[in-house]
Amino acid sequence: MIALLIFFFAACGTPAPPTSATIPATQPPAATATSAPASQKLTVFAAASLTQAFGDIGKAFEAANSGVTVTFNFAGSQTLATQIQQGAPADIFASASGTNMDTLVTGGLVDKAASRNFLTNILVVILPPANPANVQTLQDLAKPGLKVVLGDVTVPAGKYASQILDNMSKDPTYGTDFITKVLANVVSNETDVKQVVAKVQLGEADAGIVYVSDAIAVPTLKTIEIPANLNVIATYPIAPLIKSANPALAAHFITYVLSSDGQATLKKWGFTPIK
Amino acid sequence: MNKPSNRLRQSLVGGNSKWIFVILSGILFALFAVPLAAVVLRSIGPDFFTNALSRQALKALSLSLVTSSITMIISAVFGTPLAYVLAHWKFKYKSWIELILDLPIVLPPSVAGLALLIAFGRNGYFGPALNVLGISLPFTTAAVVIAQTFVAAPLYVRSARIGFSGVDKQLIESAHVEGASQWQLFSEVMIPLTSRILASGAILTWTRALGEFGATILFAGNLVGTTQTMPVAIYVGFEQNLGVALVLSVVLIFVSAIVLTVTKKLEQREY
Repeated sequence: MIALLIFFFAACGTPAPPTSATIPATQPPAATATSAPASQKLTVFAAASLTQAFGDIGKAFEAANSGVTVTFNFAGSQTLATQIQQGAPADIFASASGTNMDTLVTGGLVDKAASRNFLTNILVVILPPANPANVQTLQDLAKPGLKVVLGDVTVPAGKYASQILDNMSKDPTYGTDFITKVLANVVSNETDVKQVVAKVQLGEADAGIVYVSDAIAVPTLKTIEIPANLNVIATYPIAPLIKSANPALAAHFITYVLSSDGQATLKKWGFTPIK
Repeated sequence: MNKPSNRLRQSLVGGNSKWIFVILSGILFALFAVPLAAVVLRSIGPDFFTNALSRQALKALSLSLVTSSITMIISAVFGTPLAYVLAHWKFKYKSWIELILDLPIVLPPSVAGLALLIAFGRNGYFGPALNVLGISLPFTTAAVVIAQTFVAAPLYVRSARIGFSGVDKQLIESAHVEGASQWQLFSEVMIPLTSRILASGAILTWTRALGEFGATILFAGNLVGTTQTMPVAIYVGFEQNLGVALVLSVVLIFVSAIVLTVTKKLEQREY
């Protein structure tokens, strides 16, 4: 019985080498314009709102640098920061808020000097395609019985939404009790901004406050613009992690994000380029 | 005949073979014990009681206990007859029904949450029908109970079905001979004989409901006091304040331990 077990484990170990002695006909191409050596991995922890844009950037980066694989972890920036603090292996952190980046700087995980702002984003009110509650203006957000979904205050998008409601309360057009009425309509505080999008898209919620980039990613959503004097400009920082296993490649990726190609991709997805 | 191979075999399967059990069991046990102990140790600090008695923690704890208890009761009331039917009645397509009942146990909770949303959400297949009755499920405490029941009740049905199947066929026959109806057979023979298995199935259901997160957050959402159960509060608190999350985790561990001990004592008293 023991012999059987040992045999089983040995067989499951290293696979038998190929019996064919022929060398593959095509040799891997020699590194030409890329500065990255073959077979390299890059792990990018990025805010949920960057899902589509960074997905494109990742593919473009892999195409331009043969042998490089970029893996993403998209979640609320606060979740990612905590994961990194708890030792999750990442090479790059792209946050929707300077606060989460600062947490890592204070924790000695990111070098302040290496952090770069790479885009700005503003917020917008989204409505389900069918707009069941007939929300037409921002004031309608205070309509009793409306189901509003926001990001949790720990999530950057939720924090910004809270600031916007605050700004509105200071504006005589909306009144000082505006924020109380809207908060009374909140039925859920989601843990990342894409969950807010999902709930509104499904029609479960009547309205939500998300980034304009999220609205562009789902064109069927109806939107109501938030005026510039009430809106929040979210500046996203990106930085390599000090403990990255691949600092050169990480720097290369960040350079790409800041390049005209990278910024064009971000613009396509509704973000505002930094330059 | 003291060849080395014989001696080795002797020590492995002879008197000294207990160490196989100890080592294998010990490794798995350590997997459970070490993280639990780590959480408890890390949480000890001056802020422990301020965090534990905070409004958010108390609301989350009470919501969790209330919803998981309701889930357990619903599972028992509706699940016991279902398990009985599966154990003792013969009918077509029984194996299909059993398959559907086993699916929620193996499916990821997020799939469960999505399925519930598509079925019972405002814009779901049954959404308009429920709307007519004035019911809107997502974002309510009822949704929390439904999400918990979806993932936890199948565990109860499974335990109960095994319990009912295990009842001696001769007892069932003699009950029929005595002229017992289905209900009498069920309530006066089956239930008393299987009460222990049913109780442990109910505990399993309760603990699964208490720990439910994925389906809850998708179907019911996250709002303090209405839908923010302990696991959701811990997840959200994890980012805000590790101290809060640790304390909530420890409270959950201790509450669960107390309830499990109390229920175990009750089980033993029946005999």
